[in-house]
Amino acid sequence: MGTSLSRAAQWTSTDSDHGKLESTLMNESLLSEILRFVEHFSSKNPQEAEILFEEPLQWRSTLAASDFTPDYEIREEDVESQEKDEEGRPLLLLSPPTLCVRNFRQLSKLLGLANEKKLLEVQACVEENRNPLVKILGPSLANIQKIGKADKDKEQQQGSESEPKMKLVRLLQSADKHILRKFMKEISEKVDLNPNPVRKEVEYLKNVCSSGDNKVLKLVRYTSDYEFPNGCRAPLWRQLQGEICYLVIEPYDTETLYITCSATGVFFNMGIKPEGDEINYERTSEVFKDIVSLLRSKSQVFAESMDIQDAREAARTSRPHVELVDAQTQLSLKRIEKPEPPQVKDVQLIPSEVEEKKDPYNEKKKQQGAKSKNKAHFSESSFADQLSSMKIKNQKQQSDLFSETSSDSDQSYEEEEQPVRRQRNTDQPSDYWQIQKLVKYLRAGDQTATLLTLYALMDYDLKQEMYHLAIQDSGGLKVLTNILHLEEVNLQLGSLGILREISLNPQTRRAIVDNGGLRSIVNALDSRNKDVKALAAETIANLTSFRRARRTVRRYNGISKLVKLLDCNVDFANVDPKQEKDVEVARFGVVALWSCSRSPKNQEAIHKAGGIPLLGRLLKSPQMNILIPVVGILQNCATEESCQDAIQTEGIVKDLVQHLGNDNDALRIHCANVIFKCAENKRTRTLVNEHKGLPALVSLLSKTDNKQLMAASTGAVWKCSLSSDNLDVFQDHKVLEILIGLLTNQPEEVLVNVVGALAEFAQKPANKVTIRKCGGLKPLIKLLIGRNEPLLVNVTRVVEACATDLDNMAIIQELDGIRLVWSLLKNPSPEVQSSAAWALCPCIENAKEAGEMVSSLMGAMELVIDLLKSPDVRVLASMCAVVAKIAKDKYNLAVLTDYEVVPLLAKLTDNPDDMLRCHLAQAIAQCCSWRNNRAAFGEAGVVPPLVLYLKSQDMKVRHSTVMALHQLSKESNNCITMHGEGVVKPLIHFMGSDDEKVRNAAADCVRNIRVLFPGQARAKKAAPLS
Amino acid sequence: MGLPLQGACSGHVTSTPLPLCLSGPSRSPPVDMSKRLIQNLAKAISKNVVHFNKMEVECLIREFHSLLGQPNSAGKSDNLDERRFKGILKNDFGLTNDTIMERVFRSFDKDSDGCISVKEWVEGLCVFLRGSLDEKIRYCFRVYDLSGDEHISREEMLLMTRNCLRLHGEEDPFDGIKDLVEITLKRMDHDNDDRLSFDDYEKSVKEFNIVLEAFGTCLPNALRIEEFEQRVFQEKSDQR
Repeated sequence: MGTSLSRAAQWTSTDSDHGKLESTLMNESLLSEILRFVEHFSSKNPQEAEILFEEPLQWRSTLAASDFTPDYEIREEDVESQEKDEEGRPLLLLSPPTLCVRNFRQLSKLLGLANEKKLLEVQACVEENRNPLVKILGPSLANIQKIGKADKDKEQQQGSESEPKMKLVRLLQSADKHILRKFMKEISEKVDLNPNPVRKEVEYLKNVCSSGDNKVLKLVRYTSDYEFPNGCRAPLWRQLQGEICYLVIEPYDTETLYITCSATGVFFNMGIKPEGDEINYERTSEVFKDIVSLLRSKSQVFAESMDIQDAREAARTSRPHVELVDAQTQLSLKRIEKPEPPQVKDVQLIPSEVEEKKDPYNEKKKQQGAKSKNKAHFSESSFADQLSSMKIKNQKQQSDLFSETSSDSDQSYEEEEQPVRRQRNTDQPSDYWQIQKLVKYLRAGDQTATLLTLYALMDYDLKQEMYHLAIQDSGGLKVLTNILHLEEVNLQLGSLGILREISLNPQTRRAIVDNGGLRSIVNALDSRNKDVKALAAETIANLTSFRRARRTVRRYNGISKLVKLLDCNVDFANVDPKQEKDVEVARFGVVALWSCSRSPKNQEAIHKAGGIPLLGRLLKSPQMNILIPVVGILQNCATEESCQDAIQTEGIVKDLVQHLGNDNDALRIHCANVIFKCAENKRTRTLVNEHKGLPALVSLLSKTDNKQLMAASTGAVWKCSLSSDNLDVFQDHKVLEILIGLLTNQPEEVLVNVVGALAEFAQKPANKVTIRKCGGLKPLIKLLIGRNEPLLVNVTRVVEACATDLDNMAIIQELDGIRLVWSLLKNPSPEVQSSAAWALCPCIENAKEAGEMVSSLMGAMELVIDLLKSPDVRVLASMCAVVAKIAKDKYNLAVLTDYEVVPLLAKLTDNPDDMLRCHLAQAIAQCCSWRNNRAAFGEAGVVPPLVLYLKSQDMKVRHSTVMALHQLSKESNNCITMHGEGVVKPLIHFMGSDDEKVRNAAADCVRNIRVLFPGQARAKKAAPLS
Repeated sequence: MGLPLQGACSGHVTSTPLPLCLSGPSRSPPVDMSKRLIQNLAKAISKNVVHFNKMEVECLIREFHSLLGQPNSAGKSDNLDERRFKGILKNDFGLTNDTIMERVFRSFDKDSDGCISVKEWVEGLCVFLRGSLDEKIRYCFRVYDLSGDEHISREEMLLMTRNCLRLHGEEDPFDGIKDLVEITLKRMDHDNDDRLSFDDYEKSVKEFNIVLEAFGTCLPNALRIEEFEQRVFQEKSDQR
């Protein structure tokens, strides 16, 4: 009974002490099985029935003294059995309401007395003794049973244990098996589950994940080690819905995936519930045909390596990847053969739904029509006929499939879906119509009828999509949300209870929002009743999984209402029992806001509604289920700059830093992410340091197994290292060395941050040496071959910093780094282009035989010239800088000139951006070292705008302009223009500059003008004469 | 409002004109009754009620007397008769169902003498306004158990809910009600004896609190309670 209880029963809550059995068919039949077993136990096995339980079974009974026969000792309300154990304790003792029984004989007898309350008694007994076997047999023997067949040798070991007791163990075991077998049979009648394809696929994946060099998955495991006799691992009541087993898969490049394998296909579920090891079964993705295709869609690494493997195998053998095809074949077969894809239902029903919407008055007629249609289907072709014809098809298809590729099997699956639909539609109706009827009552009833109807609706397993459709089709969603407008708490609670359940389904969510239901639910947040508030918030949390819903919540002022829920003003150090409800309301408010805060405008709204300080207060809570969403909201909001400021000023940083030391990884991830986002702000960075957050961050860097945590913590380290004070602290903790160690074997999300941090570290000359000495350059250069843009930007920033060190430069050159950086100019992203260009500047400057090196790179200079036409100012500025560096080499300058660099540069002179102006002036100055260019620049009209540059606010611009003008003034025509533009006066001013070069350049420029000007003027005067 | 029974005692049972009566110069009952007497009575009664303090009990006693107002036609004014009480239920507490109101009256009227004494008034209101869930479960069960046989039968349910559906068209609403009652009975009947014992009912309510008032509203909603308490407790304490 142990296994059947723990595996088959559907409990309302996982809390082991106060679980209730759901009132489902399955549980009912489970209870009646147990009842039958116990009832006949003492007559069938009189000897074993006498064995004393290790511990009495106790439960709250509904029986009273009057129910007992006179052969019990009855004293007022209390009842004792006449039989006693060795210590004189009665074997049955009732002191209402507690009933206490010590052996099976008494148990059987009791049930004989209980008459129609039997089942109730059994249920109470089972509910209150969640582990009856331990109580009956004692922990040691009960465990044998769990482990299973090993009992033979155990029996020998425990020879001292009484023989009948072992027999009892065996009896219980066989009863267990019997019950399970019965259920299996029941299930196999209702749904057809074929676990084999799944098992094969999992084995295949496990192979993939363990095979040495090309590991693509970190981990593949079932959530449960227990396998039912039919090979499935899902609990029985989930099997009834077609689910086979649940998997946890950890790829290298994404978060851990929680997957449900069902008869309909494979999809994601909500993962393992934080409270226990139970799974949150709700489907969160579309349905994939098998695990491989699901993984392909989710994990790029997996997809790539599968492609490689496919290709390899295809090359090696004439029969491509048999294993895979085999698995897929069976998968598709299984689907064709049978059951319950809930979506299929959708497809089938949508046309009628649309029709009904169009014409609500004809609704009834249509429904009746549909009803008769269903009947027609049923009689049309018998179940068996369809099955057999399908099997033939399947066999044929199977043989075909082996010669086809896997994508073909996909198509055939699509084609084959049709008959399945029809067949399944037949078993739908009775509950469907029942629900429609109830919705009708809901509409027509007064308060009492509405209440009773809601109560009746709640009895359905509202997770099933069929019921959602029934509610939707009959306009029930509208009615349910309208009920919320009534000021009746009970009705509101009932309606919200249903809405909460059905809003777990993505399609229903959309339907609720489409029907305008959100408005009513949002308004329910204003209720005076705290339960209503909490339920409404929970429902909103479910609904706001998509953008339109989040926007709607904001439109109806829902964000500020939700924020109000957070205001619970509780001292978390000691919570008054009266305030627990407030905390609960706040908790759901937080969960709803977390979901809403995914929209940027909602983040703003949360901030405006004063949410940040309230969130700050909730950070003091010790409850994980509050903390995680709170920090989750902060993480989302921290994208907004104004929120970043609020986070800083509300003293939230301190709590965040404190929670970094928490044991909960999810919490730490969110905390680190908030810091990551907020530490762009200088004051925040300082605060993190002041609250001793930096060492906490450093300690997180050792958690290399949790990639999300790694990404978050390295990100925080990166942003914190923007302050040089923080850099020093990090230095004390040898962070640089740790970071360099992280350059290998990390996913890109982590690498981006690691490299970003390195770029900050590399600003200090000493660190450049460390990076070299710790062997950081090689992995860095390797990262230049990639596609991740932020990563490339960061890598080039490190290269830029490192290239200023000559020893580093030598290594970079050796590793062919310059060519790789240069190739990045081909990258479509302007960020990457400019960042690569900036990295090129020190490279060209410090490389050995730079000129030859540049000219030896095929097409290198064309790339630069091309990008001088870029629309992006930052790219232009960086390209000008590169041009200035290249042009130092005379030969290369000639090449550039051939590519018409002069007119290109000249075109840019009108741009007002100071950064560009500065580098443009430098480029012009450098290009002027070739004589023809000076005249060309003059003809292209660069001089007048350049003269204007002298008025720039930026000193660097002014200085480089002086240098450019100096170069240009070597051409006499330019001098005339300069003079005409009135350049002499400001130049004289620059002759007093602190910078010697500028001083000299300005002076020389003035001299050139003065020397050349009279001659030119005279020539001009002379010209008309001649 | 506007129902015939209001005619007899119009000024006293409707909630709005009441304060006027109280501030009236001459004949408000608290004046008739000496303060001491009320205080003593309150002291005695408040020993038996959990949810009201002595001051509140005093207020309720005053309210009781002000509701009695002038002696009615029978000339006997110590107790509230059924008609007046139902009027209060309807106007102050928003109950509508006649069958239910009758039962509420019976449950207040503990000694079954056909009228409600001061003591019964205060004790009844104690559960009615502020009862704990368990108390309310007991109270509601007593209300719904029309025959007083400790069980709510199918017939009783039908009687209480007979008017609660208004279906359009030719459909018979009573079929719907039968249907609903059947579903409800099946769901709440945990011991499968085709009727609801107290345990059945209690268990169902504990599972889903919302079915406390499953067979008709017999308790005021939060708003009404607040209004009533504010009016009775606040104003009277202001008077002192």
